[in-house]
Amino acid sequence: MNSVNNQQPLLEVKKLGVTYTDEKGSLQAINEISFSVEREQFICVVGPSGSGKSTLIRILSGLLAPTTGAVFLDGSEIKKPRQGVGIVFQKANLMPWRSVLRNITLPLEIKSVPIKEAESKARELIELVGLKGFEDWLPQDLSGGMLQRVAIARSLVQDPELLLLDEPFGALDALTREKMGAELLRIWRARKKTVIMITHDISEAVFLADRVLAISPQPGNLRLDLKVDLERPRHEEDRFTPEFVGLTQQLREAIE
Amino acid sequence: MKVILKFLKKVGFIILSLAVGLILWQAFTTYSDIPSFIFPTPFDVWEKFLSVARDGSLLFHTLVTLQEVLLGLTLGLGAATLTGYLLAKSRTVERVLSPYIVASQSIPIVAIAPLLVIWLGPGIFSKILTSALIVFFPVLVNTIVGIRSVPVELYELMRSLQANHWQRIIKLEIPAALPVFLGGLRIGATLAVIGAVVGEFVGADKGLGFLVNVGRGLYDTSLVFVSVFTLVILALGLYGSVVFLESRLLSWKKRE
Repeated sequence: MNSVNNQQPLLEVKKLGVTYTDEKGSLQAINEISFSVEREQFICVVGPSGSGKSTLIRILSGLLAPTTGAVFLDGSEIKKPRQGVGIVFQKANLMPWRSVLRNITLPLEIKSVPIKEAESKARELIELVGLKGFEDWLPQDLSGGMLQRVAIARSLVQDPELLLLDEPFGALDALTREKMGAELLRIWRARKKTVIMITHDISEAVFLADRVLAISPQPGNLRLDLKVDLERPRHEEDRFTPEFVGLTQQLREAIE
Repeated sequence: MKVILKFLKKVGFIILSLAVGLILWQAFTTYSDIPSFIFPTPFDVWEKFLSVARDGSLLFHTLVTLQEVLLGLTLGLGAATLTGYLLAKSRTVERVLSPYIVASQSIPIVAIAPLLVIWLGPGIFSKILTSALIVFFPVLVNTIVGIRSVPVELYELMRSLQANHWQRIIKLEIPAALPVFLGGLRIGATLAVIGAVVGEFVGADKGLGFLVNVGRGLYDTSLVFVSVFTLVILALGLYGSVVFLESRLLSWKKRE
């Protein structure tokens, strides 16, 4: 799809630091984090609340500028939101007046893609995320899991290279959460994206990722960069294998 | 079938309520000693209605008032929406303008209507302006509340999708603020009629307000009744139009 040298990592985070300043003083949210992400990798970032996870995703998406350091996507610095990055927020963030189909076509409408073309792309994704038949439903009539499916479809509609997910399943119940994790893996395999997902659920992180970054709180520091060498496709039962438990143990110790 | 039955039931109740009102009115005028030139019977009013309807004067004056109301409503609506948007967006504009806006609300419209007639003459413009002035405030307040109620997360979404100003206004702010805005329009639509009549009362040679004045001068209370009823129907018609507009534009909103 692109002619960029594929040896180069897709994303490079270099000495990233964030300090929030207001009248009351300043708060260091992230303290010098550096890492890089290869193409088509699935990365999870875990950490307790207050570890600057959301701040990190806001910087990667270009919604927030770092205080120090920089982030490079395909070799060019991210300074503001840009093409090629899809975001799924904590809340589904759908427009309540738009149907499922129209929520998914929104990013393409903004790019002035003809509506017929936008709709056909959206329909493809609706099928991919398992919402066929719900095209004309309104967000208010959907369950939490379905809402996040719509949000995922919306983030994929522009065919981004990098997909950022900020605790997308945080508001879901445990069972739906596991199911959505498996769904996300299926979508990731089907679409070959680079994924960075924030979560506070260590088990979820190990289950999903190729690599898990553990961040400690206040200020956010990269404590552990853990490679997850578990065989794919993964199954729910894998969560009880000694390797899996060992990895979660390692992450837990790194964060505490 | 069910819908039709429900509708008939609704209309049936309205007709019943009107019929009871008419009977009570007739009974009151028959059994009291009040002469009919002071308090006309329903029959007197009907006779008067037929005579002014036949000679075309009722239609003429109604159209004059309707024109003033519609132009006043448009003007007030336009000015209030624009000002409201600016006020909602800029604290500076709000600080500069709000003293005037609040002060203007403490002046009864009847008190400035004579001034407007002096400045703009007894023609249609002074009525349009009184009507616009009275419409202005409720629409302004609801525009501000509507725009301020747009969720921050959706602004963030639009930013991440690289939407420009116009796209943000058209695809986010207008649809999100519409429910509250239309609530203001509902109030404004009925007030517009009052504004125009106040203007006509102060100085005019045509319009329903003028007709009320003529009736008062001639002790022709039947004419006053006919004019007032026509005004009520005018206001109801406008209110109904806004409700209809709401039902079309806000079909996504669940109603009880």
